[in-house]
Amino acid sequence: MRRLLAVTALLLAPSSAWAHAFPDHSEPRVGHTVEASPPAVRIWFDGRIEPVFSSLRVEDDGKRRVDKGDGRVNPDDGTLLEVGLPPLPPGKYRVFWSVVARDGHRTEGDFAFRVK
Amino acid sequence: MRGKALFACALTVATVLTTLQPAQAHGLIGKRFLPATLATDDPFVADELALPTVSSIKVPGSGDGNRTWETDVSAEFSKRLSPDLGLSLLGTWKALNPDQGPSLTGFDNLEVTLKYVFFKDPEHETLVSAGVAWEVGGTGSKKVGSDSFDRVTPSLFFGKGFGDLPDSLEWFKPFALTGVFGYSLPIRVRTQTISIADDGSVDVARDLNPEIIKWGFSLQYSLQYLQSFVRDIGLPAPLNRMIPIVEFALQTPTDGKQAGHTTGTINPGIIWFGRYVQVGIEAQFPVNRATGKNVGVLAQLHFYLDDILPQVFTWTPFHGVLGPTQPR
Repeated sequence: MRRLLAVTALLLAPSSAWAHAFPDHSEPRVGHTVEASPPAVRIWFDGRIEPVFSSLRVEDDGKRRVDKGDGRVNPDDGTLLEVGLPPLPPGKYRVFWSVVARDGHRTEGDFAFRVK
Repeated sequence: MRGKALFACALTVATVLTTLQPAQAHGLIGKRFLPATLATDDPFVADELALPTVSSIKVPGSGDGNRTWETDVSAEFSKRLSPDLGLSLLGTWKALNPDQGPSLTGFDNLEVTLKYVFFKDPEHETLVSAGVAWEVGGTGSKKVGSDSFDRVTPSLFFGKGFGDLPDSLEWFKPFALTGVFGYSLPIRVRTQTISIADDGSVDVARDLNPEIIKWGFSLQYSLQYLQSFVRDIGLPAPLNRMIPIVEFALQTPTDGKQAGHTTGTINPGIIWFGRYVQVGIEAQFPVNRATGKNVGVLAQLHFYLDDILPQVFTWTPFHGVLGPTQPR
């Protein structure tokens, strides 16, 4: 019985390495408006992601790519995907990401933010 | 005669509750994660185990007012045979506790389902699949109303996320709809029941086994989708992995005395999904008096086998090891 409870607790416990890597939070926050152009887009995932198979890009409202093209998984934090941004004029921008979790799951998504 | 009455009661209960058979699959289509639903089947094929699914609800008897609490405990194992073809086995143990008379317990018929996903549109978070379920007659206990004959139910399944709505409707993007439409055909048209009364007289009844439309759908609102793709509203765990849901599990016989009379339940509830498992609980509200008057409960613990042991559970005969379920 104790073993059964232990297994159940392990399965239900929140984990830092979800099988599917989903975003935990980001800067700028999903769907929010920032006062000034952010220096970078950063997305923290709920598990470690594979640097080789993970990508991130930012487009403006005209679908033109605006990021610096230096997207990477942060070497000190395997859950953080980031890309640098040049100074952005006011407008709406969309972030596209695709990641592979350490156990092979691929997830992808996109979200918008605005610069005031 | 008492045995016949009990049999008729169990048969009625089983007929009313046919739509409550659990069936599940989870998966990703584009960026949309659809959980395994509890009361209706969804369109994915996957490697997973629902153990247990517990349903308890009071249902009408066979017309004599003898209502019955039915509790079902079931397990379903699902296995992909290819990336888009899946097979599942469902077994259910039933306990019937009528207002009057003894309680009855036993296993229901084994059910085998083959499903194929034939349309996928990740951009529009849409997929459609077709399947056929085979209820193997005679594998269950007659005393809990299991049929002695087979039933075959061809079905169509669909799933649709609304992430492709315009940004002006962004708060509606986390909604998703799944549904199933099936037609259940009995292999035997009529069942003959012979009973001997106390005075020695013999009664022969030949009951029609109706053809039944089994249909249902679920409307879901994914808080994970809201947080990750639409608007970060700062939900902490475990709320950020919850999916409020309402399921409609319905059936409509197309012939016999009950032709055209729909029964079933409306199930509001909530599902939480994690790394290896999901848990869900729903209330079961009867849609009409023919279904019952009492609110029931439906709960499920569900294991994502493709995540727990992908090298073992995602092996397939013709495509090798598929690995964990991927976005389509």
